[in-house]
Amino acid sequence: MRVALFLTCVNDTLYPDTGRAVVKLLTRLGVEVDFPMAQTCCGQAHYNTGYRHEAEPLARHFSDVFGGYEAIVTPSGSCGAMVRELYPRMGERARAEGRGESLAATLAPVVPKTYELTEFLVDVLEVTDVGAYYPHTVTYHPTCHGLRGLGLADRPRRLLQAVKGLELRELPGADECCGFGGTFALKNSDVSAAMGADKVRNAESTGAEVLCAADNSCLMHIGGTMTRLSTGMRPVHIAEILASTEEEPLT
Amino acid sequence: MSGGTFVGMPAFPKAAHEAVNNQTLRGNLRHATHTIRGKRAKAVAEMSDWAELREAGKRIKDHTLRHLDTYLVQLEESVTAAGGVVHWAADADEANRIVVELVRMTGESEVVKVKSMATQEIGLNEALEAEGIAAYETDLAELIVQLGKDRPSHILVPAIHRNRGEIRDIFAREMSEWGRPAPEGLTDTPAELAEAARLHLREKFLRAKVGVSGANFMVAETGTLVVVESEGNGRMCLTLPETLISVVGIEKIVPTWRDLEVFLQTLPRSSTAERMNPYTSTWTGTTDGDGPQTFHLVLIDNGRTDTLADEVGRQALRCIRCSACLNVCPVYERAGGHAYGSVYPGPIGAILSPQLRGTASEIDASLPYASSLCGACYEVCPVAIDIPEVLVHLRERVVEGGPVTRDGNKVVLKPAKGHAAERAAMRAARWAFSHPGALRTGQRLASRTRRFHPRTLPGPGKAWSGTRDLPAVPAEPFRDWWQRTNGGKDTSK
Repeated sequence: MRVALFLTCVNDTLYPDTGRAVVKLLTRLGVEVDFPMAQTCCGQAHYNTGYRHEAEPLARHFSDVFGGYEAIVTPSGSCGAMVRELYPRMGERARAEGRGESLAATLAPVVPKTYELTEFLVDVLEVTDVGAYYPHTVTYHPTCHGLRGLGLADRPRRLLQAVKGLELRELPGADECCGFGGTFALKNSDVSAAMGADKVRNAESTGAEVLCAADNSCLMHIGGTMTRLSTGMRPVHIAEILASTEEEPLT
Repeated sequence: MSGGTFVGMPAFPKAAHEAVNNQTLRGNLRHATHTIRGKRAKAVAEMSDWAELREAGKRIKDHTLRHLDTYLVQLEESVTAAGGVVHWAADADEANRIVVELVRMTGESEVVKVKSMATQEIGLNEALEAEGIAAYETDLAELIVQLGKDRPSHILVPAIHRNRGEIRDIFAREMSEWGRPAPEGLTDTPAELAEAARLHLREKFLRAKVGVSGANFMVAETGTLVVVESEGNGRMCLTLPETLISVVGIEKIVPTWRDLEVFLQTLPRSSTAERMNPYTSTWTGTTDGDGPQTFHLVLIDNGRTDTLADEVGRQALRCIRCSACLNVCPVYERAGGHAYGSVYPGPIGAILSPQLRGTASEIDASLPYASSLCGACYEVCPVAIDIPEVLVHLRERVVEGGPVTRDGNKVVLKPAKGHAAERAAMRAARWAFSHPGALRTGQRLASRTRRFHPRTLPGPGKAWSGTRDLPAVPAEPFRDWWQRTNGGKDTSK
């Protein structure tokens, strides 16, 4: 099976380790991964800040770049939800504004083919034990767009539970937002920071070494709060844990 | 909302700043919202047909709103036939004028009030006071707010920001100003506080000749109004006075009693986490020798028709004011209700206020951003209002402007001021993202200069780095690694 890695602009620029982990993991599971070099950004930040019309050319570009692949896999719940939930809505809005079917028709092909990483593993590859090894205590934070937008449910936890050596600790208030929220983190920084601090305190209370999530944007906010509050915990993307093996452990 | 209570509110982030740093308030809100959040989840989980009830509630409301013109006329006919008088008010001022005039005609100078969002929305108490008419709130929490010269901070539990000790102090200090004083040696035990309120309110119920209420629902087929409450104080106001004046938003109609049945299941479980509502009062016009002999219904628009004209935003009119969205909202929990600058706080307030009032003021233009778009509100909404969808839609209205309906006229809004830098940044980002080469140049520049990146940022960047460290920029972006190693296959590089 040949899939396109939609890494997201944030991961490409700031978290290449997550990208390498996805490539390593999928390759190990027999998937041929391609990274279309023309990919940029899905337009989520534009759309969610109110610049829908600026997001449209980015969505069209996304469709041009990824339209030809069998499946599109992304290690981000929120960017995955952008394509799956909001691209159809953008098409509908354009239609309602009297701009015809063009946008909806351009975006339609990529919508059903886009999978968040844990969804792709559990639903398409039908694996929960990916042969990973990670001898650490971990607590898992389900990020909002993955949890409520894509309905990832217990998929990430099932994958983590199957990791050899990993001890999963329950995160109190797991379903509560960490306070990142894209431009919300800047526009309402006081509330965002308070939410982040509460999330970090809850994570600390588990005694786990690692806080894991499936979205690096949220982890950037949580991790930045962790170092500022001098907690001993570290944020790790789920792809990096699942890519880790006894032969090549994540350090 | 011309009540004057919220005029001149600062933008949401500024108003929230104080609340976030008020540890007593944070504690009060955390305790109260988490308690009711858990109870609601349990009460809803008991219902095997919750998803169907939610869908039914949504469809009934959508159908009613689609045919609102028909149902409003049907309601007016039913109420009139049952002995009531129907008045129509286009805005808050007109509604207040009508109510003041109706009270004056009775010759009375005081009214007792059932807890009502609509009368708060139009600022009725202040309008009555200006005409020398005293309006006494009788809902326990509204009484606390009124005695404390405070503002409500929650739709269902307006004094949620107060703890028992604070309430004791307010009762002991203020009750004597309004009527029967608090008993000597009042403590902060719930039973004593409730008894103090009972004694204080009882003399008002027995004296009042005029009651003022809102309504949770109006049943068009029979002209019946419905008030759903927990204390019984509402029922006292609805039955004891000689004259009853009900002020209700036009979107509160349900076509039939059968439709009402759906909401009488979903509202109590969503709001107070009760299986059944304790006091459900219904009345149809007037009845000889039983209850108020004069009944007036004041139907208010106050921005609702304009909201109905908006295809995305109109779903906010489905709201049955249950407050479930407030109780699960992480932003509300930390910012508190006052920061929203409206009688409608929380997620629903953030989409209602900028539609009912427009986005011209600083506070209304900032409300659509008072959310991390986490979606918890949509998940619990018993009429499936996609609040995040409307928030984003209203953000677009703020930054891009566009067509809206104001006072029944189609107008085109200009983009709001104060977003010029953001707009430029969004355009620049869109340009870079449309040109992968430009993106790559930017990424490489960031990587090569990474040794010089500070841990914190000056100026507006403090919004991030005031509380969070910046992420370290890697030595190379992923795409460079991919190309250099031929997709990871050439591991020698």
